[in-house]
Amino acid sequence: MEADITITVDGEQHRLVTDTRTTLLDALRDRLGVFSPKKGCDHGQCGTCTVLLDGRRATTCLALAVAHDGAHVTTSAGLAADERGQALHQAFLDHDGFQCGYCTPGQICSAAGMLDEAGAGWASAVTEDVRAEPELDEAEIRERMSGNLCRCGAYAGIVEAVREVAEHDGSRAGGEVANR
Amino acid sequence: MTRSIERVAAVGTAPERVDGRAKVAGKAPYAYEHPVERPAYAHPIQATIAAGRVRGIDTARALAVDGVHTVLTPDNAPPLRRGQDAELEILQAPDVAFRGQIIGCVVADTPEAARHAADLVAVDYERRDHDVTLASDRPDLYRPGEVSHEADTEDGDVDAALAGAAARVEAEYRTARNHNNPLEPHTTVAVWDADGLTLYDSTQGVHSLRSAVAEVFDLDESRIRVLAPYVGGGFGSKGTAHAHVVLAALAAKRMSGRPVKLALTRQQTFTLAGYRTPTVQRVALGADTDGRIDALAVDVVEQTSRVKAFAEQTALPSRTMYAAPHRRTTHRMAALDVPVTSWMRAPGVCPGMFGPEVAMDELAERCGLDPIELRLRNEPDRDPETGKPYSTRNLAECLRGGARRFGWDARPAAPRQTRQGEWWIGTGVASSTYPVHHAPGSAARIERRADGRYHVGVGAVDIGTGAWTVLGQIAADALGVDREDVVVTVGDTALPFASVAGGSSGTTNWGSAIVAAAHGFRARFGDDDPPAGSEHTESAPENPDTERFAMHAFGAQFAEVHVSADTGEIRVPRLLGVFAAGRIVNPRLARSQFLGGMTMGLSMALHEEGVMDERLGMVVNHDLAEYHVATNADVPSVEAEWIDEHDPHVNPMGTKGIGEIGIVGTAAAVANAAYHATGVRVRELPVTADRFLTA
Ligand code: FES
Ligand code: FES
Repeated sequence: MEADITITVDGEQHRLVTDTRTTLLDALRDRLGVFSPKKGCDHGQCGTCTVLLDGRRATTCLALAVAHDGAHVTTSAGLAADERGQALHQAFLDHDGFQCGYCTPGQICSAAGMLDEAGAGWASAVTEDVRAEPELDEAEIRERMSGNLCRCGAYAGIVEAVREVAEHDGSRAGGEVANR
Repeated sequence: MTRSIERVAAVGTAPERVDGRAKVAGKAPYAYEHPVERPAYAHPIQATIAAGRVRGIDTARALAVDGVHTVLTPDNAPPLRRGQDAELEILQAPDVAFRGQIIGCVVADTPEAARHAADLVAVDYERRDHDVTLASDRPDLYRPGEVSHEADTEDGDVDAALAGAAARVEAEYRTARNHNNPLEPHTTVAVWDADGLTLYDSTQGVHSLRSAVAEVFDLDESRIRVLAPYVGGGFGSKGTAHAHVVLAALAAKRMSGRPVKLALTRQQTFTLAGYRTPTVQRVALGADTDGRIDALAVDVVEQTSRVKAFAEQTALPSRTMYAAPHRRTTHRMAALDVPVTSWMRAPGVCPGMFGPEVAMDELAERCGLDPIELRLRNEPDRDPETGKPYSTRNLAECLRGGARRFGWDARPAAPRQTRQGEWWIGTGVASSTYPVHHAPGSAARIERRADGRYHVGVGAVDIGTGAWTVLGQIAADALGVDREDVVVTVGDTALPFASVAGGSSGTTNWGSAIVAAAHGFRARFGDDDPPAGSEHTESAPENPDTERFAMHAFGAQFAEVHVSADTGEIRVPRLLGVFAAGRIVNPRLARSQFLGGMTMGLSMALHEEGVMDERLGMVVNHDLAEYHVATNADVPSVEAEWIDEHDPHVNPMGTKGIGEIGIVGTAAAVANAAYHATGVRVRELPVTADRFLTA
């Protein structure tokens, strides 16, 4: 079965006819040629396919394209449009938060989504006081970034990179995460 | 002695990755992502029995699916040249040698149609009882012909020396079946045209892959081009050609001109991309009252597939680590109905350091010595295996420096002494070593272009190691120019021949070629401002010093381990590695290599085990939800340092290779620390919570 959908990717609107079995990840990669999100497992187990989907981080291999008609997708390439995205890119380069780079666009989208979540006061499994504004120390960052595997083992650099951006991103405290 | 690079200006600096900006944005094209016209998609069909043969395949329902073009089976697949590498000679016979073996393939307009149709293919099998169980007392164990060197070695009389030893350790150690799991699944995009075959592939070696494909398709190498500018990790599993590459090329051949994309699913990579054999290591150490080792034996049992023999060189590191007048190493293999075993990061050396380095910890306790002191007392002054001097061996400095940095001296000598709340706390150490490998024949081309820059081409592959970046640093120094004046291109068989990115040998082989080409270029065109179009290609010369010296990198790994007294949960809050690995070309990238290896070592220590269901003949936890690899939260503090080591013999750069030394020894350090924390000696990987619950 096929369906007509519209998806906006990094600001650009696309109309496409999609097989209803097609995941959002495959629609992006195979149909639209948007290869920034990667396919590492296709089962929601690795995080390489992470994008911001209507403002929140999501694994696109677990989303069916047909269920996201009208959605706005931001990939790591699209994140470079704003200052924080650029800062994340630069911090990953500075701290060498990757080797092969295959998990990296997903890590960076996940970091962007995670900073918004923390800014909005969302607690994680390691947050001591769930009522307080979460402090993004290393343990919090590690916990919140653990949905994104890195087989190259660049976790130390990833945490340093995210921490640096989080420190300069303090202004976001009290922010909101998009409602989906 | 090799001719070194004259100046070291770019080498030793820490520029960010030159391919980094493209990678963070996701714009660097990996194999699947190269633009090709109207691709078709291939989905492999895998055997669901572990032994027997295919009696018949009914493809009617699959062929009826909209968008399906063809179903390849053993009945209709194009012929391949046989008799060289049975792993690659797929669909030529109905036999099934392991569960998950490729027995067909659907090619369709969309990946959805191909995958759906593959499920509709009905296969009738003739089953044979399968045998997938590795045991050290199997009667059919055999001695492999060769384990990179010889399978067995023996000096002196080990058994007599053991019997008379003042202190003795004799125990069996086991490492688990490990799966490489690079995050980019193994992928081939194949295109046939009038000129031949083009492959965009996730490979560690474009030239070696080309040779393998040329062989099996009986094609001249000049008719095949392989491109791999960016590869999403490999860890050995992309170092040799695997069956899916041939399958993609077969499918594309059938599609006459239309490109075919084939990406293995994560699950398929567990059977089709190689893995590390489980090992059983019987280790015996005998020492005098001062802890000097008199007898050392490592007897290894491991598995191989029936399709293709692969002998993991597990006892190799023991031949070079410690001297002893009485020494024995042996390898025995069981050929089973299992998928093809192959390279995984530090093949042989990584599992082969687990047993002996835990045994050293046990011996230290028996001798009443600190584990570091025991190791220092057994530092050989020549390579025990070859009798040659080491080009450099700075293990002692790694152990001493690491001990200071780690705060080793504060530890109580006895185990099970430190408890904080729920947690038993301990520390452990292990040594690391990895050989400096040289492979002949790599060449580099240097061309001055109209942009004023020096364009360096070598068919190397950057699987995340940093080759794009460090080769430019080496070229800059060899040419005597700024790094900005050098442009490197890799990952293409259209470039000069390069050896595979494996065995931590990339920088040695490709860097040596670049240095040779740069010297040749300067000799021909002079030192200043050669005209655009000046071009020179040269191969790396042989290094005569490899005959005179034993060449190895060394390291010491330290771990702090916490074990929950209530649940047995094991955490590793602190890992430190100190390495002696020659000159470090780019400290920023080198740190990532070391830390990445240690992190994978931690993952091996705590999590990784492909669990064989013997009834089905398959690894049941064949995905990333159940085959656990270390996540960010598993790695609270991991640090790597290196000593400033100058080795004039290894190659013109003085580098030893750093891709694998980091994973060697980590698991032993963790197991030793777990013992120190709890008093429970775990001799089997992974070190899981259940092992501590009886404590
Ligand atoms: S590809 Fe989506 S989580 Fe792995
Ligand atoms: S950089 Fe290779 S998987 Fe993360």
